Amino acid sequence: MEHSALFLFGGIGGLLLVATAIGQLLKWRAESPSPVIDNLNARIYAWWVMVVVIGLAFTMGRTGIIVLFYLISFYALREFITLTPTRRSDYPALVAAFYFALPLQYVLIWADWYGLFSIFIPVYLFLLLPILSSFGGDTVRYLERASNVQWGLMIAVYCISAVPALVTLQIPGFEGKNLLLIAWLILVVQISDVLQYVCGKLFGKRKIAPSLSPSKTIEGFTGGIALATLVGAGLYWITPFSPWQAAVVGLLVCLLGFAGGLVMSAIKRDRGVKDWGHMIEGHGGMLDRLDSICFAAPVFFHVLRYWWV
Amino acid sequence: MISSLVALVITSAARLLTGARALWLGCEPAPRQRIYYGNHNSHVDFVLIWASLPPALRRRTRPVAGADYWLTSKWRQFLIQRVFNGVLVDRQHNTPDDNPLQTLLDALDQGDSMIIFPEGTRNQGEEGLLPFKSGLYHLARLRPEVEIIPVWIANLNRVMPKGKAIPLPLLCTLHFGAPLTLEAGEEKQAFLERAQRTLLSLATQED
Repeated sequence: MEHSALFLFGGIGGLLLVATAIGQLLKWRAESPSPVIDNLNARIYAWWVMVVVIGLAFTMGRTGIIVLFYLISFYALREFITLTPTRRSDYPALVAAFYFALPLQYVLIWADWYGLFSIFIPVYLFLLLPILSSFGGDTVRYLERASNVQWGLMIAVYCISAVPALVTLQIPGFEGKNLLLIAWLILVVQISDVLQYVCGKLFGKRKIAPSLSPSKTIEGFTGGIALATLVGAGLYWITPFSPWQAAVVGLLVCLLGFAGGLVMSAIKRDRGVKDWGHMIEGHGGMLDRLDSICFAAPVFFHVLRYWWV
Repeated sequence: MISSLVALVITSAARLLTGARALWLGCEPAPRQRIYYGNHNSHVDFVLIWASLPPALRRRTRPVAGADYWLTSKWRQFLIQRVFNGVLVDRQHNTPDDNPLQTLLDALDQGDSMIIFPEGTRNQGEEGLLPFKSGLYHLARLRPEVEIIPVWIANLNRVMPKGKAIPLPLLCTLHFGAPLTLEAGEEKQAFLERAQRTLLSLATQED
């Protein structure tokens, strides 16, 4: 694993150096200050920080990854619940979500208890949360409020926790290298976002879903996903896949990632905001960066578990 | 020494818990003498406003607090007097001859800024504001040179619901509005209602 991981992070570092150089060149050549170029540079800078943080977690192995994703889930859940309305009666359900469901999900993954972590939130919390909310006796928008809390947990905790859950898979011939699966998934899905953005900015003409996400175009979608699928196939050597399998799985996670962006965008538009939060300069909130991973990770996990374990 | 350490711990905890993002929509964080007035949902409202001011302004900005609550225990008294340098008001008017606003006027005459909650008590409703007490009007009338800044604190009522022990780690935003001035001949009730509407309208303003 060490060699492949070093190679991979070296490659990502090189890519970011090129991106940084291009960003600075664009800024230097621009005649007047441009918000698009400033945002691009802010995004590139944030990428450096994110890659360093993930890299540090990787050096700490399984525990490092689980702790990192616990924190990511925490920030994502807080952004989600901040933006979706709940009432005083939901207080016990929210306490349970933040201080019981969130940590326990990660403890279950750490303890490698697949039978429980795969149904804990979709079954047990699904039943527990509305019970807790009903104690308050407030029926105003009851179903909507109960759904908000459940949805927040599903997206921000259950779906995101599928990423560190990859370390629990026992793939024959791939023992001890599971962290590379995480690296591959994050890299392919995130580079798909980046390439969709780049292709959209360069060639984008026709909007693909104007009411959901005005910046997404057919050209960005096609170019970005095709290129990211090629990247995924090209990185087959860090996965248990053959090149063809890597391409198919890569295409699948890119499409899911794109759909995740649309769905999360629909929620933002409904709440009347552009971004989920402000913690990542240039990108918005944690959920703005993670929306694609939320949708890709659980399916990736189960595809692997079904066909490769 | 101990009091500034306690202040650092409390403001850091409040910022970590809530994010405490300040949006200066109608004014800048400038070193002017000001009365910040906000919506009141919990005992930590003033901590959040205080924590979102730059340190230089924070040192000259004092929360106005009810003596009946804050003087009931040694710890509370230490917090409000030593840590936050609060201005205490007698909400129960135990000595009817005194002007209950005197302590506030004294603080303003020393050049301090302050944070007040004109609803008088914590609002337990799900939305809106309670009717304002008249103190804000009298301060505006008696000290017209002091800027009156509305501050809407979004979400804190969900972080710290009244009577609950465990705070929820939701993100709070503070919307600082444009200064409000008492117009010539404006009646007390009209001014208070305008102050209330101005504060409420900040709730929906984003950057």
